[in-house]
Amino acid sequence: MAHTTAPSAFQNPVIRWVDERLPIFTMLSREYGVFPTPRNFNYLWNFGALAMFMLVAMIVTGIFLAMQYTPNADLAFDSVDRITRDVNYGWMLRTLHSNGSSMFFAVVYIHLFRGMYYGSYKRPRELLWLFGAVIYLLMMATAFLGYTLPWGQMSFWGATVITNFFTALPVIGKAITTWLWGGFAVANPTLNRFFALHYLLPFVIAAVVFLHVWALHVTGSNNPLGIEPKSAKDTVPFHPYYTSKDMFGLSIFLIIYAVIVFFIPDYLGDPDNYIKANPLLTPVSIEPEWYFLPFYAILRSVPDKLAGVSLMFGAVVMLFLMPWLDTSKVRSAKFRPWYQWCFWFFVLDTLLLGLVGSQHPEGIWILLGRVGTIYYFGFFLILLPLLGWFEKTLPLPASISESVLGGYLSNSKIAAKAMEKA
Amino acid sequence: MLSLRALLVGAAIAVAAASSASAQEMPAPAKQDWSFNGAFGTYDRAAAQRGFQIYREVCSACHAMSLLAYHDLSGIGYNEAEIKAIAASVQVPDEPNDQGEIVDRPGRPSDRFKAPFANEKAAQAANNGALPKDLSLIVRGRPYGPDYVYALLTGFKDPPADVKMAKGMYYNMQFPGHQIAMPPPLTDDRVQYADGTKATLSQEAHDVVTFLSWASDPHLEDRHRIGVRVLIYLAGLSLVLYLVKRKVWSKLQH
Repeated sequence: MAHTTAPSAFQNPVIRWVDERLPIFTMLSREYGVFPTPRNFNYLWNFGALAMFMLVAMIVTGIFLAMQYTPNADLAFDSVDRITRDVNYGWMLRTLHSNGSSMFFAVVYIHLFRGMYYGSYKRPRELLWLFGAVIYLLMMATAFLGYTLPWGQMSFWGATVITNFFTALPVIGKAITTWLWGGFAVANPTLNRFFALHYLLPFVIAAVVFLHVWALHVTGSNNPLGIEPKSAKDTVPFHPYYTSKDMFGLSIFLIIYAVIVFFIPDYLGDPDNYIKANPLLTPVSIEPEWYFLPFYAILRSVPDKLAGVSLMFGAVVMLFLMPWLDTSKVRSAKFRPWYQWCFWFFVLDTLLLGLVGSQHPEGIWILLGRVGTIYYFGFFLILLPLLGWFEKTLPLPASISESVLGGYLSNSKIAAKAMEKA
Repeated sequence: MLSLRALLVGAAIAVAAASSASAQEMPAPAKQDWSFNGAFGTYDRAAAQRGFQIYREVCSACHAMSLLAYHDLSGIGYNEAEIKAIAASVQVPDEPNDQGEIVDRPGRPSDRFKAPFANEKAAQAANNGALPKDLSLIVRGRPYGPDYVYALLTGFKDPPADVKMAKGMYYNMQFPGHQIAMPPPLTDDRVQYADGTKATLSQEAHDVVTFLSWASDPHLEDRHRIGVRVLIYLAGLSLVLYLVKRKVWSKLQH
């Protein structure tokens, strides 16, 4: 039986030979070359590419660190110190990786807030958003597991506090926690499994990122106006327009990353983690890394352990529900005067909760933590559903090109162009 | 709408600034002028070597630095012969010999710094129950790093009349709770410097903190040197990429 190969548009005989058998070059060209992309992205649209860069950077530095690291409670701390002291450029690998988690979260938070502001979670991009939320959840797990590995004081006590959350579950809580620990306290078996999982999860993230990007390429990107491209005039090919813009953005991002890595590598970390884990000595204050502080504040905003833990997980669940909690038909906050206020207060609220999370829960901080928690959930559960109902949105522009080009092209010209293409 | 955004962004920055200012609880120690401060900072070799002398003659009676090896001392300017001599001045247990006996031998440059006590229990027994900390990472492992260690070493005072001191404790201005089990380790002329520098308390504290800072972060100079080059490279790259981006986008009608 004669098989025919699919025709390929490529001229190079090698590329053509491969492409006819597995059209990977055609796919790359379609998805990253000519892929029609709204022409009106601002620089906030760089952060997806930056997050992708950080995932790769974390996996690469992480693999090299794992070659020198020893996941044993007696040896882990010293092995990390040897990486920074004796391994060639080990100090650089380690600080790239440890500060990389902060950079990864910073980028993802901006990416997430951008999606919230411009309504990127709305129909037809709900599934795309859900994959994003799953990635975020996996990132939190990975970061927590990774923070345990240096086996410093904050590693050990952070792991103890977080795993103790599960004891809040009624009836099965204790058993689950013992099972997670592999014993009756955080100890060597815990470190062993945390290392195994910390090595595994980034690859799970990579798989979900693949789904995230796949879903993105089915619906196409949202844009600052939140209206779908209507004609070819509204879009530009991804390459070279957004490849050039992403490369420039990446370079600026790398400058910030490099300043932290080379000049203030300990700024975001806790000095306590340069002290070897001691199960008999609790640090004065146990505090998570900055990217978890808002959730830590929500956890401590209620005096009941189970309620606190439920609220904290609920805070992440809110993200998953967002596409259905927001009832407004208009995507971009540009045309939603009320939502815009609510959104910026939400941003401020998460910063406030972050601040509360870094303080001892006493005095005014308890009240601020509670107010912040109430607004956090109020934003999702009350404001989002209600706004769609009573908010008077501003008129949407007829098309992206009309909004971008202003007076240059009249509507009729755009319509004529669109007819040509069609 | 622009003013609303400016207001909120301003408030956000204020929150962030407040958070970094109020995150610490101890009173901040006075800032000292360290040679390794700043983007171009390096370790003052002479001060670090004087600091090592203090560690060797004073601190090492109680404090281990078990993460450092003698050959690491090349990082503060000791040459091979000096390092061999320093290492050989201690006796360390050798590998079991053919008869299975462990005999002591002179230290080698590849040996880790010899600890003053066999184990933690022995260290506590000799120190009134308190455990002298390992100093390998003492500077990185404390808030305010070198400024804190300096303030601690120079912060011993007679206790105020209203403070009741626990048995065997010493009053220290910087130590959390003000009662520390370590007796004042440094005084004027505690050591005789080989290079003729006058050994005042503040000079000694300054020197030993320079040494301990190097021990905590021995690659600081590499980090700074490479960092400056990386930033220069990235600045040039960013400029080129910006021009490329502009050129590409100029084809598009605006």
